Order: sequence, then structure tokens, then C-alpha cells
Amino acid sequence: MDKLLISPAPHLHSKDSTRRIMRDVIIALMPSVLVSVYFAGLSALLVLVVSVAGCVLLEHLIVRYLMKKKTTVKDLSAVVTGILLALNLPVSSPWWMVLIGCVVAIGIAKMTFGGLGHNLFNPALVARVFLLISFPVQMTNWTVANSIFRPDKWELPKNLLGAQGQLPDASSGATPLGIIKEGLANGMTMETLSQQHDFSYWHMLFGHIDGSMGEASVLAILAGLLYLLFRKVIRPVIPLSIVITVALFSGILWLTDPSQYADPLFHLLTGGLLLGAVFMATDYTTSPMSPLGMIVFGVGIGIVTMVIRVWGAYPEGVSFAILFMNALVPLLNKIKPFPYQKEVSRG
Amino acid sequence: MSKTFSIGGIHPKDSKFSRDKSIEEFPIPKRVVISMNQHLGMPAVPVVKKGDTVKTGQLIAEPAGFVSAPVHASVSGVVADVAPYPDFLGKKVLSVVIDTDGDEWMETIDRSPEIKHEITATPKEIFKIISDSGIVGLGGAAFPTHVKLTPLEGMKPEFLILNGAECEPYLTSDYRLMMEHAQEILIGGEMMRRVLGDVGGIIGIEENKPKAIELMKRLTANYLQWEVVPLKKRYPQGGEKQLIDAVLGRKVPSFSLPISTGAVVQNVGTAYAVYEAVQKHKPLITNVLTVSSSDPSVQKNYRFRIGTPIREFLSAAGAMDKEGHLFQAFVKVVNGGPMMGKPVSNLDGPVMKSTSGFVLFTEKETKRQEEGDCIRCSKCFQACPMRLQPYLLYQLAIAGRTEELDENRVFDCIECGCCLYSCPAHIPLLDQIRLAKNISLKNKRKK
Repeated sequence: MDKLLISPAPHLHSKDSTRRIMRDVIIALMPSVLVSVYFAGLSALLVLVVSVAGCVLLEHLIVRYLMKKKTTVKDLSAVVTGILLALNLPVSSPWWMVLIGCVVAIGIAKMTFGGLGHNLFNPALVARVFLLISFPVQMTNWTVANSIFRPDKWELPKNLLGAQGQLPDASSGATPLGIIKEGLANGMTMETLSQQHDFSYWHMLFGHIDGSMGEASVLAILAGLLYLLFRKVIRPVIPLSIVITVALFSGILWLTDPSQYADPLFHLLTGGLLLGAVFMATDYTTSPMSPLGMIVFGVGIGIVTMVIRVWGAYPEGVSFAILFMNALVPLLNKIKPFPYQKEVSRG
Repeated sequence: MSKTFSIGGIHPKDSKFSRDKSIEEFPIPKRVVISMNQHLGMPAVPVVKKGDTVKTGQLIAEPAGFVSAPVHASVSGVVADVAPYPDFLGKKVLSVVIDTDGDEWMETIDRSPEIKHEITATPKEIFKIISDSGIVGLGGAAFPTHVKLTPLEGMKPEFLILNGAECEPYLTSDYRLMMEHAQEILIGGEMMRRVLGDVGGIIGIEENKPKAIELMKRLTANYLQWEVVPLKKRYPQGGEKQLIDAVLGRKVPSFSLPISTGAVVQNVGTAYAVYEAVQKHKPLITNVLTVSSSDPSVQKNYRFRIGTPIREFLSAAGAMDKEGHLFQAFVKVVNGGPMMGKPVSNLDGPVMKSTSGFVLFTEKETKRQEEGDCIRCSKCFQACPMRLQPYLLYQLAIAGRTEELDENRVFDCIECGCCLYSCPAHIPLLDQIRLAKNISLKNKRKK
């Protein structure tokens, strides 16, 4: 008798696997990682290495010795969380703070719920918000301590750069969003603020250091987005609905009073908006599964972000907005797709 | 612009390795086992007994009702047994076993190779011949063809769609038939078109068969009632509901027959069988199958006699050693295509009217990967051509929540396998959904 393998159809499978998807996300994150290392050098590398190593090791230990199961780190999802956490922190973050972030992200936000696919909130964002509330000083200190790749030989045309014609050696102080929040609260207008601080959109596009690592360059994030779309890892629904909502929301405010509200481009290019829209809000597990759910999810994130930015206590609101909408995902998943039979048409 | 269906679907590699291998006449076996259960509906009732001598093409079993089909002898010889014999799954079904002796055909059958173009039979006569010749749908489901051609009250057929999509990877039997017998297929199609009351005739062919599209276009150029529709390569385009959607843009509602959209779909192989039955008086006793694998030495197309043991095809195609054992590299034999075919567990089982091919797989190609956690990527939902939520149905099926399964239309599942194919976590979605669907349909019937 021949030995025959018996299993039901289908007998073929696509090349897709969880590991392959995670690998694609890691590749998509590389431009942002490289830009942050380019601008901040060793300190950025240190944050990245501590964060990734911490997340992977912690997941391995928890799965192996607490849950007593086969290790799951091979699916690379812990690496993705590690990179995302690092990109959400300032370059100057002390190593112990990064490690605390790993414990919150992997230990609390991910594994407590049962690991990959079971968590309600985006692990890296939970960690970021935890750190933001616990260590407000370190989390809003954007100083670059030292950089081995000092951008002295920065070759872009000088008029694209700051007032001094070169990037500052070290920058401390608030992000553009922080500046306008404080400035507007103190009765200044957008016009005087931008004269004083020289907000350069080119800066924001190519790279600037005021903000967490992943916010450094919008172009790097867009490169990652293109890769994710090209590899069909994500669909453009969520990023688009966030961006359009923010643009509309800020656009209407700006048109009513340009002296009191920043313009839409300012809102799109600053803060973690694009980082969040591309890499955090599109996390499979914590976002809705149907297209309609995705649109509601994206619009919700856009609105909550703008409400916090314009009227809230914090200058930046993307993290809170995504976490808030994460909590609604189980409800959004109850939106049923248009049933097939309702579409009977005589074409 | 080529057409395609509007929801879901996947793009597996088509692997049509045997597309340029002509159909070879397969030798007549020493013994055939002809199952009485080769169609959907009531099994046929044998009219021969042990010891009877039969000729090739002779009636050996009568239909047991309207949704049933007669069965004819595929060889000439002596009836060795009328008893249950195991089929390719090892399940015993009533069969007529014939020991072959020569190859003496019924005198009425025209075996000349000339193509008979002129259609002299009236639609009524054509219908009668189709139902008397044991013709069933050769696309896989084996639904008796005459039933599909019977008018239903309140439903007016508008189009006959000949299905030449052949969207399953590996299989090339329909393609070879279209390349080698295009005229006969069109004559058979034309006769069914007349039976349906002079409806429009459409042939749907996927783009990965450009020669077949060109040939059919050339042959139908002078016939206004026929149109060739090229289709994008996409699985499961050959599914009845998907094909109607692709060609006409109409969707078949749940629990409704395709005719409710005005379309009747017939496989190109069925059209060929209709030609042979009406023009040549030959009942359905032969068909064409593909034996294929990724190994270039095992890629063939054969015209076979119904009832030949599966083993003989695999051996002739070069998949077995001299002792009749499968080469070790092949761990699985699939009856049909890799997306919907069933795994063969009994190599001595016979081939049937609607057998379309056997695909052999190595362990690396077909072994399922270890199941991981659902990451809620919704790829299964995006792939489902019936717009179901496979991840949800899977969870409901495991929890045994039958009512919610019905609310989420588990009964609409066509078991195409797109969900399982796309799942990056390798979750056995379709396995559970298939079970749940059968339970749901059983409950429906009880009510």
C-alpha cells in the first residue's frame, strides 16, 4: 500500500505568513530608522537596540517560562513592536526608561491579553503613553546629546535649512506643535510664531530633530508607506481617512482664523501624525477588519487628534487618539459587510 | 478590457504545465468499475446482472427519477459483478464491474472522425437525447445536464454561458478540449442554446488561454448569437456564481438557482458530450483528464473510459515505479484541481464521468504549516468571493453557535478555499466552515 497524505482542500497555500508580513513591516520601517540614526547617531542606535532586544527577550521569557509554550519570537512581531517603541521615544531617552517601555509594551499591553492577535491596544503606543505620563521631563526633552554623524556637511541647498543655514548642533525645547500650543495660549498669533521660530516645511519633510525619533522625516515614513502598499501588507484606507480628516478639520479652522490656527500642512507634517497613521493605526490586530470599519476608525483618529491638538492639554494627540479608537475596534468589527445577496442587479 | 467577478478572489500560480500536451487515447483497461453514483441526485439503478454480455455504449443502468442520470458501458465484455465497490475515497458505492473483451461498440454509434456540422434534431429531440445519454455537468459538480436545461416556472433563460474558465491551477483538460475540438464544442453549445429557446450564447475563457480565445473568436465570428468573453485570470472564476457575475454582472441570491439571473452555465466539456450524444449517438462513456505535477515527466492529458482504475493513469503518466508504487516524492494525489479537489485515498478507485484530472504533490508543496494565532489581517475577508467573514465563521463554528452562523450566511460558502489559501497564520478556516455549513444545511432541511 502506498502511503497517501489525506487533508481537505485547498491543497495549496499562498506564500504569505505572519513572519513574512512582519518582515515587510520591518523593511518599511528601515527608512525612518536610518534617518533617525543619521541625524542622531549612536544615541538613536542605542535606543533602538535596547528597545528591540528588550521586547524580543521579554516576549521569549514570558512565553517560554510564564505561559510555558513554544517561543513565538520567530514571528518577528516583537521586533516590530521594539522598533516602533524606539521610534516613538526621544533620542535622549535613558536606557532604563526604554526598558520600562518594553515591559509595558510586551509584558502588559501584549502578553497579558494572550500575545499576538489578542491585544486590544497597540503595544508600542501603550508604552509611549505610559512613559509620557510617568516621565514627562525625559519624554519631552528633545536634546541631542552627541552625534557621531554631525550633519556639518549637509548638502541640501542652504535655503531649505534653518535660519543659520545649517542644522543646529543640538536642539532643545519644544516641538513645533508645543511651540504653537504655548504661543497661542499666551495670546500670540501664528504669524509672529512662525516668524520667531522659522517653521520650515522642507525641514519637516526631509528631517528635523525636534520630536521623537520616528517623527524625524516625513519622507522616510512615506517611503515606508509606499513599500507597505506595494507589498499589499496594508490597504490605504486607514492612513487616507486619517490624513483627509485632519486636513479637513484643520483646514476649516485655518480658514476661519489663520492667525489663531495652524494651516493643514503644518498639522500633517508635524508630530507623529504620519508615523501614527502609517505604522500604528494600521496594526492589523488593533484596527477594524472591514473597509467601512476602517473608515470610521480613521476618521475617529483624525477628529480626536485635532481636538486634543487644538483644545486639549497636550500639544500632541495622535497616540491618545489611536489608543482611544483601538478601544472601539471590537464594536467597529460588528459592522457587517454588505451581504452578497442584497446586490442582486439586472445589469 | 477583460471581465472578471466583482468580489474577492485570489491569484494562485496557474501551473498549467500540461497545456501543450495533446490528448492521448488511454488504453482500454482489463476491467472497469462503473459507479452508479456519478452524478448529483439519486443513484442509477442497474439493468444488467452478473454474467451478461454488454457492448460499448450499451445502457447498464437507468435513472432513478428526474434528478438522476442513466449509465452506459464504457467497454465491451462480460459483467463480472454488480455490487458495492470502493470509490477513490474508499467509500463503497453500488457499481457494475465489466471484464473487458475486445472493444465491440453498439452499432448505432457513429465512430467516424468527421465532424457533423448540420443540426437536424429538434430542440425536443436534443433534450431527450441529452437525458438518455447520461450527460452530467463535467465541470466538477456532475449535476444532470437535462435538469439544468429544463425550464422552471417564472424563470426565463436569457443566456447560455459555456464555461471555459478552467480557473483551477494545473488542470488543462478543458483547454485541450477547446484546442482540439472547438467546433464540436460550439455545435454542442448551439444545440443547448436552441433547447433553452434561442437564448444568447457566451463562451467565457480566462486570459491565460489566449490561443483558445483566438480560436473560439474566429469560429464564432460569423454567428451573431455567439460571443466570446475573455476573462481576467482569477480564482474562482469558473465557479458558477462567479462566472455569471463576471460575464453578465448579475449576482445569484442565496438559496436561488443560477437561472434566477437568466443564465444557464454549462462546462465546455459538457457541450462536447452533447455534440457526441446528438450528432454521433455516443452516450457519455469517455471524458478527458489531466495528470499533472511540478515534475516535467508527469504531465499528461488523456481521453479515458469511465471506470478505469486511477492507478493506471498515474502509472502511465510516469508517477509510479515498476512495482506500481507511487514515487516517494509524491505524498498526495488530488482528484480534481488543487483548490477544490478531494484527496485520493484509494488508488484502485475508478474514474468517473466528471473526473477532470489528478494532481500529484510533494510534501513541500502541499503539507500544511503549523497553525498560528489569528492576527486579524482580514485577508480571508478580502479573498472571499461570497463576501463572508471567514475568521468570524471559523470562531462561531468552533463555538458551535449555529444561529449566529446562519445570521452570517454560512450557507453561502462555496468552499472555494480562498480563505485558507490566503491566511498568513495558516488557520484551517475552511475545514471548520465546511463542517458548520453542512450542519446548517441539514438543520434547514429538517425544518
